[in-house]
Amino acid sequence: MANGRLMRAVAWTAIAVAGASAVGGIALHRGESINALWFVVAAVCTYLIGYRFYSGWIAARVCRLDATRATPAERLDNGRDFMPTHRSIVFGHHFAAIAGAGPLIGPTLAAQFGYLPGTLWLLVGAVLAGCVQDMLVLFCSTRRDGRSLAHLARDELGRFGASAAMLGTLFIMIILMAVLALVVVKAMAHSPWSTSTVFATIPIAIVVGIYLRHLRPGRVMEATAIGIVLLLGAVAAGGWVDSHPAIRAWFDLDARALAWFVIAYGFVAAILPVWLLLAPRDYLSTFIKLGVVFLLAIAICVLQPDVRMPALTRFIDGTGPIFSGALFPFLFITLACGAISGFHALVASGTTPKLIARETDVRMVGYGSMALESFVAIMALIAACVLDPGVYFAINTAAGVVGADPATATATITAWGFPVEPVQMEALAARMGEVTLYGRTGGAPSLAVGMAHIFGSAFGEGLFAIWYHFAIMFEAIFILTVLDAGTRVGRFMVQDALGSLWPPLGQTSWYPSVWIASILVCAGWGYFLYIGVIDPNGGINILWPLFGMANQMLAAIALAVVTAIFVKSGRLRYAWVPGAPLAWLVTVTSVAAWQKITSDDPRMGFFAAARDLADKLAAGLLSPERAAVAPKLIVNQQLDGWLTVVLLIIVWTIVIDMARGCWQHVSGRRPARDTEAPYVATQLT
Amino acid sequence: MNALQAAWRLLWAGLRGLSGDDAYDRYLSHLHACHAGTAPLGRRAFYEAELDRRWKQVNRCC
Repeated sequence: MANGRLMRAVAWTAIAVAGASAVGGIALHRGESINALWFVVAAVCTYLIGYRFYSGWIAARVCRLDATRATPAERLDNGRDFMPTHRSIVFGHHFAAIAGAGPLIGPTLAAQFGYLPGTLWLLVGAVLAGCVQDMLVLFCSTRRDGRSLAHLARDELGRFGASAAMLGTLFIMIILMAVLALVVVKAMAHSPWSTSTVFATIPIAIVVGIYLRHLRPGRVMEATAIGIVLLLGAVAAGGWVDSHPAIRAWFDLDARALAWFVIAYGFVAAILPVWLLLAPRDYLSTFIKLGVVFLLAIAICVLQPDVRMPALTRFIDGTGPIFSGALFPFLFITLACGAISGFHALVASGTTPKLIARETDVRMVGYGSMALESFVAIMALIAACVLDPGVYFAINTAAGVVGADPATATATITAWGFPVEPVQMEALAARMGEVTLYGRTGGAPSLAVGMAHIFGSAFGEGLFAIWYHFAIMFEAIFILTVLDAGTRVGRFMVQDALGSLWPPLGQTSWYPSVWIASILVCAGWGYFLYIGVIDPNGGINILWPLFGMANQMLAAIALAVVTAIFVKSGRLRYAWVPGAPLAWLVTVTSVAAWQKITSDDPRMGFFAAARDLADKLAAGLLSPERAAVAPKLIVNQQLDGWLTVVLLIIVWTIVIDMARGCWQHVSGRRPARDTEAPYVATQLT
Repeated sequence: MNALQAAWRLLWAGLRGLSGDDAYDRYLSHLHACHAGTAPLGRRAFYEAELDRRWKQVNRCC
């Protein structure tokens, strides 16, 4: 017995030492390049230590998880949404639900600061904030019959809190869908191979959908196997399309045409029955997503590529070409999903708590899934940083920033201290089966080049173009799923709101209501997408920070709800566990929002950019193409500015409301209302 | 050989559970255990009802 404890102590000490050495190695290294395995070791050891000690302490002392207490899945078991499920299955479902494109894109963009800031915040943020948020929200919801975040907010913070959570959710979804749609559009623009492959995923999903409903209802494994074979065929067939001059022209579309296509697609997909397109594509994308994450981890361990990005770049001062803003606070806004994501709170309250069989599973499902998600973000960061920094900036910087022709673009980037040659970019584009890789903003193409580099080197040279387009297809397929699913959920929310104005509009199956609500939601994200597409600076530089702020704001709402619950349920002394990340998020979001609203620098402030553009337009300094879109861009910058003002007001109202409620409870002015479901002993064996 | 078979079975059961391939089987066994006497939904009706329920809420993140 004593021997076993000693062995465990030795093992954990070894993990701690290995992790500390790896983090120290990454932080202090100042050479040409550094082996990516250091990042993997640092990450895995950090998550293990965080999981073993911090989450263990939270589970035992803070939440006081009780394995003898029956969970909602057991008490309310209906064989459908409430059902006790083995924890590894719940873990898989929960991870598949939370892992999207965010942790892939955020780190790719944040690499403009160098590899170090991103790596450190992904590790520290996940262990102390993101995993904690997911675990605590899951815990609070599990103790309250699996209630949703909006429901919990109404119980703890009143009706305003609930409305803010609803509004925040709708807002973040609109911005998220716009930014993800922009990523897909930018990846497909003038790339017949990518476009034809992504288009092919639609009929493939329909075939799988018909198989799953009509031929062999519910046989997901068979249908998924068929679908994956077809998808891989589509990636290869895209190469053929690309080499065929006549067919190639059909798929050689510009960003505007693709934006209209994606908007129309989102609308149609949202009103079609789920079995036809949405559900089958989700089955495919989930499998491919998990498969790619697994393969990427193996490939990085086998190949051990060198990270060529410097630890820190000059752009930490806020002059970055990919997005504006200094390291503080914009690193923490940009890296939203891999470190802490408010969106997770929606899954951790709602779907997942209804499946938890034992209360103690909350630790593995909540904390563990987020640690894995953060690891995905670390891999995306590695994939971005194994590229030559010059190549990375050439792919990710918009033509409006570095110039449209290759010679000017490469000269500008070389002058920043990241040497790159036009010949090098041409050779790389040819290798990836693309015409050009300049100004392919949005993060997806540079991630795909990085992944193709890693996969191609680990699993066979010469297939770079296939790997590149596989990676684009992989990102597009789950981004399109988010578009359908998000438009659908947004539609239900809008119908709910419209129903309070005129009851027939609240009927979820009444066609006019379905159409009106779907058009409203598509118009919402479609507007931001369209503006992003016509923006010569790439659009992502505006949309991603807006998305990051909205996401962190939602996390702040979730943590405010948890803090209020802790104070009212006799956990005051542990209120800092959710309270500290809450304070950090409120600080980061407020500083970022304040800078975006008040900055006089047109690259930074929304209102400053609108003024600058209006002045240039009035003085006739803009080229005819720019002058044509300038009025729309001015309106958009002002709109973004006002949206940021609303975000800031919502966050502070929630926080002040939460603090007031907690103070009233602590000072004994208002007794707490116990919102926890009463204890029932479990019957599960 | 037995160990290999057992490992394969575990992997297969895990994949079915993760993908939702076994949802109908679990529904039937639950109905049998807890609500004996209730007429079960058919395979297709169950599949449709499940999809409808699942996609009415946020179940995919960023």
